[in-house]
Amino acid sequence: MFAKPEKFRVYIKRVFLEMYNIGVGSLPIVAIISIFIGAVTTVQTSYQLIAPYISNSVIGMIVSDSMMLELAPTITSLVLAGKVGSHIASEIGTMRVSEQIDALEVMGINGSGFLALPKIIAGLIMLPMLNIIAIALGIYGGYIAGDLSGILAPETFINGARSSFLPFNVLFSSIKSFTFAFLITSISAYQGFYTKGGALEVGKASTDAVVYSAMSILFADYILAELLL
Amino acid sequence: MIELVNINKSFSGKQVLFDISASFTPGIPNLIIGASGGGKSVMMKSMVGLLKPESGQILYGDRDLLKLEYKELRELRREIGMLFQGAALFDSMTVEQNIDFPLKMFSKMNAEERRDRVNFCLKRVDMEGVNDKYPSEISGGMKKRVGIARAIALNIRYLFCDEPNSGLDPITSRLIDELLLEITEEFDITTIINSHDMKTVFDIGHNIVFIFEGKVCWNGDNKELKKAKNDIPELQDFINASYFD
Repeated sequence: MFAKPEKFRVYIKRVFLEMYNIGVGSLPIVAIISIFIGAVTTVQTSYQLIAPYISNSVIGMIVSDSMMLELAPTITSLVLAGKVGSHIASEIGTMRVSEQIDALEVMGINGSGFLALPKIIAGLIMLPMLNIIAIALGIYGGYIAGDLSGILAPETFINGARSSFLPFNVLFSSIKSFTFAFLITSISAYQGFYTKGGALEVGKASTDAVVYSAMSILFADYILAELLL
Repeated sequence: MIELVNINKSFSGKQVLFDISASFTPGIPNLIIGASGGGKSVMMKSMVGLLKPESGQILYGDRDLLKLEYKELRELRREIGMLFQGAALFDSMTVEQNIDFPLKMFSKMNAEERRDRVNFCLKRVDMEGVNDKYPSEISGGMKKRVGIARAIALNIRYLFCDEPNSGLDPITSRLIDELLLEITEEFDITTIINSHDMKTVFDIGHNIVFIFEGKVCWNGDNKELKKAKNDIPELQDFINASYFD
């Protein structure tokens, strides 16, 4: 996969194309999910905080920390494992069973490098970016939900979120999404590349890509938490 | 000239090619014929390096494909064009982009020169005016023609065709046969065709290799074929099964 590209310019173009597909293509679903997760976290945290001596600003703190440390990178990656992972596996798998990868190889093009590498690089660049957007939108969702439902005043939410902010949490979140991006793109590309058979097997490769990506994300999530926190 | 010397290939312990030796000449269509499952596709895929035989030699002139380093193999493959059974056009690209793809990857042509070359190749296969269509928008016969155009886009020396007539009506099949014959003679390339189609075999089979159960059972030209079938029962069964006289 890491053999020298036949024409570097073509590979760069493919990376940008994949960045657009993975990043811009996933933005709507990431935005919707993040806003609602943030909103639900605010409502549920408020529901659980029944002690009168706990300040409402704790809700802002919990929502922002939860979004940064766990919800944004993990939930976003699990959703993208379904969306991006299945797309990568089925695209490459279909190319395999319809002999398009053989056609590339016969031309003298490194099939795995040409198809998988741009997707992996694009994923490594775009998923951390999507993660940052997810954190911002999740906190915003929590802020809006708190305000609209009258759970806490906007200033209280912001004060709580600011009081617990640690720059390391953003770094930790980015490391997680970077790791998850590699897992999703490489596992899915592998499943697609080694598909054998026909349409049924392409479907199976797509399902396997999602299942294995999701499992490895959860496993890596635990390992990273143990190592870095 | 391509020469196979004692090629053996097996999958999971089951041998499918047994000491295959054959030679393929430039400027004439070379046909590999035989029943399905007989080893034709394995033989062709071994010849282009998609499968690796356990032993033997695949000689492109003085270069043994099985002994080439990765870089040398990539160089050799730039001299090879292949038409796949389903044409294997890239779904996400238009017809023009499909033919332009090998030029973009391997030639030093600028965009205008590449466009001229694409149009020349499309004209050569009688497919002008479909530049902006996607593979899903054209018929099976048209896909095969575009596949041939893509295969000859670079100045290839070897053209491999895996069952070029499969799934085509008899008239389109004959057109594809004529096209392959013309291209082979015009560019003086070594063309190797896997086929079941006995009309193709008798029309353009200037060098025919008959494979039966992974072994070369007979080798000759289309004129000798009718005589030879009386001496070789496997060949007789194969020809008679097509009801071709």
